[in-house]
Amino acid sequence: MELHLIGLGKAVFIWGLSLTMIPVLIWFERKGSAFIQDRVGPNRAAVLGVRLGGFIHNIADVVKLVMKEMLVPSHVNRWYFVIAPFLGITVVLFAFSVIPWADNLRFSDWNIPMQVSTLNGGVLFILAITSLNVYGIVLAGWSSNNKYSLLGGLRSAAQMVSYEIPLGLSIVGIFMVYGSVQLNEIVRGQGELLFGFLPRWGIFVQPLGLILFMVAAFAETNRNPFDVPEGESEIVAGYHTEYSGVRFALFYMGEYVAIVLASAMIATLFFGGWQVPYFPTEKLVAHAPVVLKILLGAGTVVSLVAGLLCLGYDKRLGHWGDLRDQEGKILAVVAFVACAAHLAGLVFLWGKELPAWGLATVATAAQFGAFIGKLLFFCWFFIWVRWSLPRFRYDQLMRLGWKSLIPLAFANIFFTGVVLVLIDRFRS
Amino acid sequence: MVTIHHYMILSAILFFTGVFGVLYRRNILVIFMSIELMLNAVNLSFVTFARYTQSMDGHVIAFFVMALAAAEAAVGLAILVMLFRNRSTVQADDLRLMRD
Amino acid sequence: MELIVFYILAALAVTGAVVMVTRRNPLNGAFALILSLVSVAGLFAMLHAEFLFILQILLYAGAIMVLIIFTIMLLNLSKEELREPPVGRIRGLIILVASLVGLLGFIRVFRGLPALQAEVDPAFGNIEPVGELMLGNYLYPFEIISVLLLVAVVGVVLLAKKVI
Repeated sequence: MELHLIGLGKAVFIWGLSLTMIPVLIWFERKGSAFIQDRVGPNRAAVLGVRLGGFIHNIADVVKLVMKEMLVPSHVNRWYFVIAPFLGITVVLFAFSVIPWADNLRFSDWNIPMQVSTLNGGVLFILAITSLNVYGIVLAGWSSNNKYSLLGGLRSAAQMVSYEIPLGLSIVGIFMVYGSVQLNEIVRGQGELLFGFLPRWGIFVQPLGLILFMVAAFAETNRNPFDVPEGESEIVAGYHTEYSGVRFALFYMGEYVAIVLASAMIATLFFGGWQVPYFPTEKLVAHAPVVLKILLGAGTVVSLVAGLLCLGYDKRLGHWGDLRDQEGKILAVVAFVACAAHLAGLVFLWGKELPAWGLATVATAAQFGAFIGKLLFFCWFFIWVRWSLPRFRYDQLMRLGWKSLIPLAFANIFFTGVVLVLIDRFRS
Repeated sequence: MVTIHHYMILSAILFFTGVFGVLYRRNILVIFMSIELMLNAVNLSFVTFARYTQSMDGHVIAFFVMALAAAEAAVGLAILVMLFRNRSTVQADDLRLMRD
Repeated sequence: MELIVFYILAALAVTGAVVMVTRRNPLNGAFALILSLVSVAGLFAMLHAEFLFILQILLYAGAIMVLIIFTIMLLNLSKEELREPPVGRIRGLIILVASLVGLLGFIRVFRGLPALQAEVDPAFGNIEPVGELMLGNYLYPFEIISVLLLVAVVGVVLLAKKVI
């Protein structure tokens, strides 16, 4: 019974995490594109005067999309048209069940893996589930019963099937190096040191694999520079031309969740996942009190500086004529409260002995923080690439996939195998 | 308690649905999918007996069947597209150039 | 509990198969077949064949069916092109009866098979043991399959390309 409850809690946690990443990503996209194009970006919408640099704009967006009419054109295949948007997002959410976000939580006789399912097939399961992702798009394209949508669906089907091959082949090298397909095992293998100073992360042992995987992941998530299925300059809006309201929003949510999944996979396979560099789990647990103090101290300092900065932010005082003028002060109060809370925690815990579960939780929290940091960086990387590179032409995209990525992936596997055998010979 | 019998009956139902599809339908695409269904039903019985005998040979055979099905799908669909390009029909009855 | 899950999955698989065979539009049939294949994948998971469960979704549902759907959408058949010549009542009846007889014969042959033992080696059906078997005992079939796949790739390129 307890095990079921823990499993349920973990499932709720990882789904909540992946879904909360959606507004963060939208904010990244809006503000990031504004930054890259030297604009200001969204800065109007506010709740009680708080705008959070355009983050509150998401709420306005959601309200707009929910209030809109969900139009079903008369010429579409109604049943498929309605279920298509749901397919994409639900399928991707399943794949999160094997992503680990921290090492096993070990204290007294508990040993809780910090992933929903310790399925033996780990990475392969994610590949299998994401290969179903294409159906939502294909169905939407076909059921819309319109030439441009059909073209979008066709392009998507061909692209997804083509890029699944390099996606799968590029991580074979990782399997060979770490000797497992279970994500948690792979991450554990990345905790050692290479030559005594470099973390044994995937990027350092499989640099070519990383490049191939990233390119294929961009294509699998239908992101720029590979977003030909919805290429608006060629085929209107591709597969979601006929959609509006919440159904349209679901496609976007599905795309963002896919980005989060791809980022999580890149972070887990190639950047050490939850590993804090140079601090394997045992070391973290052993030094947990120090880690806790560092975390709380950093929190105190950061929130203090943030509060002071917010307090000084009044360059357009009186510009809005409502609560938004006071935003700096409101945020400063929040920041100071956070600072005080951190400080209180620090004082309270100073010199106290932590119980066993406390030590384990601190280590888990630190690892979770490392994982989230890497995840956010790669989410930002997706946005960054989108606003920096132009779109591929469709034939270029196919040529890249079949004539460059796949041979390179095979070469990578071959080379990795030779090196592994040579190392083995050398040692014995 | 689930027995082998359960799985075998299910496998047989799926298999003969596929047989019926191949014999009754005239659309090559549907015939094609019926063949996939039959292969799949056979896979199910392989896996069931592998579970019963506790040896994984059945899994390996099922894997080979899947690889075969993939090759068959690629070649079959290419032939189908070529046929449609040249004769613009997908009805099996219309494809009797050799007969009359 | 296990029995309930089995019946649900089996019902889904059979429904998908029957719908696939009876629909006129092959696209509807293809989606029904996907439902059937995914349910069979669930049955594989119930039989401790974890590797095959993943492969079934990855290969069948994720690759082969996408290919079939891609072809169906590429051909984009009209209603007239989908109309099939009538099979004839007697021939249809014969086919139906023959299928049913075959099915009943099968069911008779497999009557009274024992129940599946409850306990199973935890590594049974995992990727490592299956892979070792594949590259050990079944090395030659494995290599032949890879040659077959290569031949299929070359053949498809030859078929599809207008000018080589």
